[in-house]
Formats: sequence, C-alpha cells, structure tokens
Amino acid sequence: MRRGSLYIGAGLVGLFIALALVSLAWTPYDVQVLEIFNKMKPPSATNWLGTDHFGRDILSMIMEGGQVSIAVAFVAVGLGMGLGVPLGLAAAANRGSLLDELIMRSNDVVFAFPALLIAILITAIFGPSAINAIIAIGIFNIPVFARMSRGAALELWTRDFIFAARVAGKGRVRISAEHILPNIANLLIVQGTIQFSLAILAEAALSYVGLGAQPPTPSWGRMLADSQTLASQAPHLVLAPGLSIVLMVLGLNMLGDALRDALDPRLQRGAK
Amino acid sequence: MSLLRIDDLSLSIGTMPILKGISFACAAGQITGLIGESGSGKSMTAYAITQLLPKGAICSGQILLDGDNLLAKTETQMCALRGDDIGLVFQEPMTALNPVKTIGAQVAETVRLHRGASRAEAAAIARDTLNRVGLPAAQFPLGRYPHELSGGQRQRVVIAMAIALRPRLLIADEPTTALDVTTQAGILALLRQLVNEDGMGLILISHDLGVVADMADDLVIMRHGEVVEAGPNAQVFATQNHPYTRALIRASAHQPSRDDYQGETPLLQVEGLVRDYALPRTSLFAAPGRFRAVDGVSFTLRKGENLGLVGESGCGKSTLTRAILGLESIQAGRITINGQPVIAGQSMPAEMRRHLQVVFQDPYASFNPRHKVARLVAEPFHLIADAPQGPARRKAVAEVLQSVGLQPSDADRYIHEFSGGQRQRIAIARALITRPELIVLDEAVSALDVSIRAQILDLLADLSSRFGLSYLFISHDLHVVRKITDRVMVMQAGKIVESGETEAVFAAPQHPYTAALIKAAPQLKVEAKDDELVV
Repeated sequence: MRRGSLYIGAGLVGLFIALALVSLAWTPYDVQVLEIFNKMKPPSATNWLGTDHFGRDILSMIMEGGQVSIAVAFVAVGLGMGLGVPLGLAAAANRGSLLDELIMRSNDVVFAFPALLIAILITAIFGPSAINAIIAIGIFNIPVFARMSRGAALELWTRDFIFAARVAGKGRVRISAEHILPNIANLLIVQGTIQFSLAILAEAALSYVGLGAQPPTPSWGRMLADSQTLASQAPHLVLAPGLSIVLMVLGLNMLGDALRDALDPRLQRGAK
Repeated sequence: MSLLRIDDLSLSIGTMPILKGISFACAAGQITGLIGESGSGKSMTAYAITQLLPKGAICSGQILLDGDNLLAKTETQMCALRGDDIGLVFQEPMTALNPVKTIGAQVAETVRLHRGASRAEAAAIARDTLNRVGLPAAQFPLGRYPHELSGGQRQRVVIAMAIALRPRLLIADEPTTALDVTTQAGILALLRQLVNEDGMGLILISHDLGVVADMADDLVIMRHGEVVEAGPNAQVFATQNHPYTRALIRASAHQPSRDDYQGETPLLQVEGLVRDYALPRTSLFAAPGRFRAVDGVSFTLRKGENLGLVGESGCGKSTLTRAILGLESIQAGRITINGQPVIAGQSMPAEMRRHLQVVFQDPYASFNPRHKVARLVAEPFHLIADAPQGPARRKAVAEVLQSVGLQPSDADRYIHEFSGGQRQRIAIARALITRPELIVLDEAVSALDVSIRAQILDLLADLSSRFGLSYLFISHDLHVVRKITDRVMVMQAGKIVESGETEAVFAAPQHPYTAALIKAAPQLKVEAKDDELVV
C-alpha cells in the first residue's frame, strides 16, 4: 500500500515534469498560432485533448503551462526553504535570545496574513508577472520552513553528539551546518514536497485571477479562467487544466506521504 | 506445586530465534530472579508469559500458570488474565503512567475493568493499594498527577497498578534500573514486603546481579536466549556450575589493576563555584525565583589523578560538569585548568579546550548517525590549528582506534554497525584523539552490561597509566567509582558534603548522606570461582 502511493505519486509528478521539459524543445502545435476556424474541437486523433476557443491545441498548452506552474512553484519553494531553513536553524542555535524572538515573531506576523490576499496585493502593486508570483508565494513558504526546522533542531540540540561537538570547540554555525542540517534533511524533503503542491495550487489561483504569468504564455490557472464561461458547451476545455492541477497536487501529496513513511525512522519503527 | 512453570519455551521472530527451549519454574510467595545481559531474552520471556509479543513472534512449548497453558489461550482470555492474575511493572516510571490522568484514576482503572466495580468501590481499592505501597492519603491524594511525583513515587504508583487486584504472579522488568540507589532500596524492600503479605510469585528481571542476589529465593541466569543455570539462590552461588555464571560474578566484582597515584601538580582547580537557574515566574509581577544548582563547590584535581564525583539525580553534578567544560556560564567562583581560567562559550581558547574531553553515558546518542567513524573520531581535531590532514589524519584515527581495542578498518563503518560497548570505545577514542590531559567521564559505564563494563573499566585504567590521563569520573554507582578512582567527592543538593581518599571514604564515611548511599547500594558479596572475565 505504502509502496503503491510512492509509485503512483512519483509517476504522476514525473509525468507532468517530463511533459513540461519536453515542451521546452517541442510541442505538438505552436501555442502562439491561432486557428480560429478550428476552435473548440473535441478531442480527436489530430488534437488529443481538443482545441480551445482560439483554436490552439490544448495538449500543447497544458505542456507549456506546466512549465510555468512547475517553475514558479519550484523557485518559490526553493526561496522559502533557502531563507526559512537558515532562519530556523539560527533561531534554534540561539534559543531564547533576542534573535530567536525576532525571527520567530516576524514569522508569526507573516503567518498571520492571509497568504493569497497578500500575494494579490504584491502583484497589484508591482504588476502581474511570473516573477512577482514567485516572490509572493515564496514569502509565505519562509515561516513554514523556519518553524519546522527550528522545532526539529531544538530537539537535536539537546543530544549528546551535539554536546560532544561543542566540547570539540565547534561554533553554532558550524554545528548547525554539519550536524543539525543533515539530520533534519528528511523532514525538509517531505515538507518541501507538500509545500510544492501548495505552491502549484497558489500559482494556479493567482493565474486564475490574472495575476500570474501573462498572456500569451499559457498557464493552467488562466486556461481554467478563460474557459469557465464555455464549460457547458465544451467541457474538455475546463477538464484538461483542472485535472492537470488536481493530478499534479494529488501526486505530490502522495509522494510526500510516502517519503515521510520511508524517511522518518520513528514511523518506520512503529510500522514494524 | 509451582505457580508458574515454563517448559521448553522457544520463541522466534521471523527467522530469528530469540528464546531457545527455556524451562524454569516460579513458586508462590517466592522471588525468582531472572538475570541476563542485554540480548539474553529476559524481557522477551516476560512478554511471552503475558503474551504481549511483537508482531510476527512465534511461540512453542508451554507456559503453565497453575497448570493452565497460557500459550493455548485466546487474546480475550489473556486480557482477562493480565492485570488480574498477572501484574507487570516496567523499568521506566516516567513513561509507564499516563500524564493526563490522575494516579487514583490509573490505579482504579484496572479494578473497574476486571471487577466491574463501581467508581466509589474502585476508588476505595485504589486508596488502599496506594497506602500499601507507601503513598499515604495525607500527602498523596488520588487526585495527584504523575508529574507531581518523583521517579521513585511514580514507580510506587506503577506497582500499585500492578498489585491492585492482588495478582498471583507479578513480573517486574528492571523495576529499579532508572532509579537512584536510595530510592532503589525502598522499592526493593516494598516488593519483598508485598510478596510476603500477598503470597504472590515475583519474577524480578534484572541485569544487576547485586540487586537480585540480595532479594531472590531462586535464580535463573540467561544468556543468548538460553537458561544457563537455574536453582535456589544459595545453591547457584555456591556451585557456580556454568562458566557464564562465574564470568558474571567476576565481572560484577571486577577490579581493574591500577597503579597507586602519585603526583602533586594541580590540573583542574574549582573555587567557590555557583550556578543559579532562573525559575519561571509564579505570577506576572513577582520576580522570578532562582534555583541554585551548584552551591559553592571547590576542589582540586591533580595531574594523573582519577577523581570520582558521586551523587543522586538532581544533585547538580551534570551542571558542574558542563561548567568545567566551559559550556555553562557561572554566577560566582573560578575554574582554572593548568592555571588558566575556563570561560564559558566560544571565547575559550582552542589550545586549552583540547586538553578537556568528555565521554557520555548513552552510547547510542553520542554520535551523529550520518557520519562515519573516521569523521566522528576526528571531530575534536577542529581544536588543533595544524591538525593532521589526509593520510596523517587517517593514521591518527587508526592509532587511536587501536589504543581502545578496535580495528583501524572500523574507521570506514557507520556508527549503527557497532554494539553499545564498541560505541563507548569509539567515544573514548574521540576523547583521546587530541591527547587531552583531563577526560570527564559522565556516567560513562552506567548504560553498559556488567561484562562490557568490566572491559571498559580495564581500558580506562590502562589508558590512564599509558597516557598519564586524569579522569573526573561522575557516577551514581558507588561500586564502580570505588574501583576506578583515587579520591572521591560526594555531592548532595549542589554542595560537596564529603571528599577524601576513595578507600577511606568507603571504609569510614563521615557524612550521614555518604553512609546512607553506601548502605543502600546493593553489593554482590559472592566471590567468583575462577578469573575468566569472558566466556
């Protein structure tokens, strides 16, 4: 069962990443070319997923749209992890100090804002673009990773081997990098996978309201928005991007769950 | 007729045999001591009797409780037996109680479950039982929560839960291992008294021959899943038929050969050391209280000397150690090593820190599980500016591994491939690599089996004379301290209450606390019949 969710999750995620990568070099049709006379065709042998209201091939758009969604989510989670983890480790290494309070209370402040509203605010101020979407989503990933790594690191700081490293004269930064970080890597991978799925959703939501990647670059969220009024006439227009989002997020969640079971030694012991 | 008889009990988990045809009996009103080192299968025997076995375990043979085969019973029938006819006491009183339920409710639970008693009846029985285990109503009302009790008191609650229904058989698995010696003496006396009053059979499982020898009527000695020797206490010790029995006795009493200490140069000097901790505020506006963990401690440790520090948990010995290692700021006093002051934090010069190393109690928590032995052992090289690199570093690691009795090839293995005793050797190797002058041994042998402990003590004594090392040997185990130290200090509530030559202190303790500690420590008074340490 556990194996199953690992394979299904990895398979779904792998499929979409592969499609996005292929689209860098080749897509069945050029998505910039409009063929109005060929619009809203149902799925057929020539257009596997049909065409949209401008006559563009939907499969090609899904492939290129995946590129944007995955890239935005990946960079945003990377940003959150890259800033959040060092902040969390620094807070744990200086537990109870002013720095700890400062870091964690600022995280609380970020947490207190509704993420999507702030993202809309940011893009409203700086203009809608993929870069601003990355920043907006990334900022809200910082406290997630900071809190998690601080919690895990605090527990590790009480261990004897950390004590031994201190007796060996190693400083806080060095201990954090050498001893703490490798021991919380499991947790980070698992949390990263789950945050990745949330970021995909957030990107889709931003694109849906028109604040993500701008036309003519295709994106899953905007494909949904563009086609929603046509849903009753041509349901495949909505189904294709909708199912892409659902399957990608489902795959990431299954992968994250399976990774947690595989990587967390505590759960492993309990399972036996 | 015996209360419990085990006939040819075998147990395997998967393809791994755990118990190999063990047989012994346990009589009502008697204490059967089940002795063995880790991995001997003694706890598994207890789980087999209660049928609380891990998944995938397969039993064969017979376990007869009053002639009734427990192995033939269904889970429902066993549930009725457990807690009613068979009581269980575990090692760790801190985790055996549910922290969000009162002690009264936890003791009453068994009664309500098995007797269908009303709430009031169950509470009355719980009250009686708690009185019997020495927790009178005045200080210990039923509404107390586990966190309000000390370790020894919690263990009494666990015992009360086990005996509330006056079971015919009580199994106590290392009931005092996690407790201080004075507390241990009280718990053991209580168990003895309960056995006498109720006429129940007690299986006392322990790795400590000293504890069991004083208590048990019958002994069962186990090793590698087999019973190597069983019989009445006096007979087992008198005949010592099996070589393993002799090795165990020998290891318990083992005295590493040590040179008499000579030398006057002071290495570590501690003067009037005070360490306070702030307590949480009791109300918003009250000033936070202070707890004095170390209270005006002064002593001198000379070069090449082995100094013991003895005290029960919470006496401040760990805080003192951390202060000496420069990891804890102090409120008053002075610590100097070779005349240079120890400063807490990073500002302590590396050259000074390299002369100070430490070995911890738990060989399983002392190492980063993600590094190989070579990297773990070489970690203190961080303190040396021109630390050897490349082949020279490998050579240094190999040398130090050899000096603790391991192979140079062990450097490329991960820590989980080693046993507890081997890990402790690696911990000592790590402490040795900077050629320190002082090693702090913080309960360094307390978690080890007696035979392994004897070997590590030999190693420590040998290293001390070879490298002219000084030890600050911290332990709650007086017998170990007696074997390895020249002088000893006794610590109580943050103060050193007595210090002096080890033999003199043990022979004629001046302070009542020291006397109480020595009296409470169980000691094996039997001599082994040969000198073999390992079989």
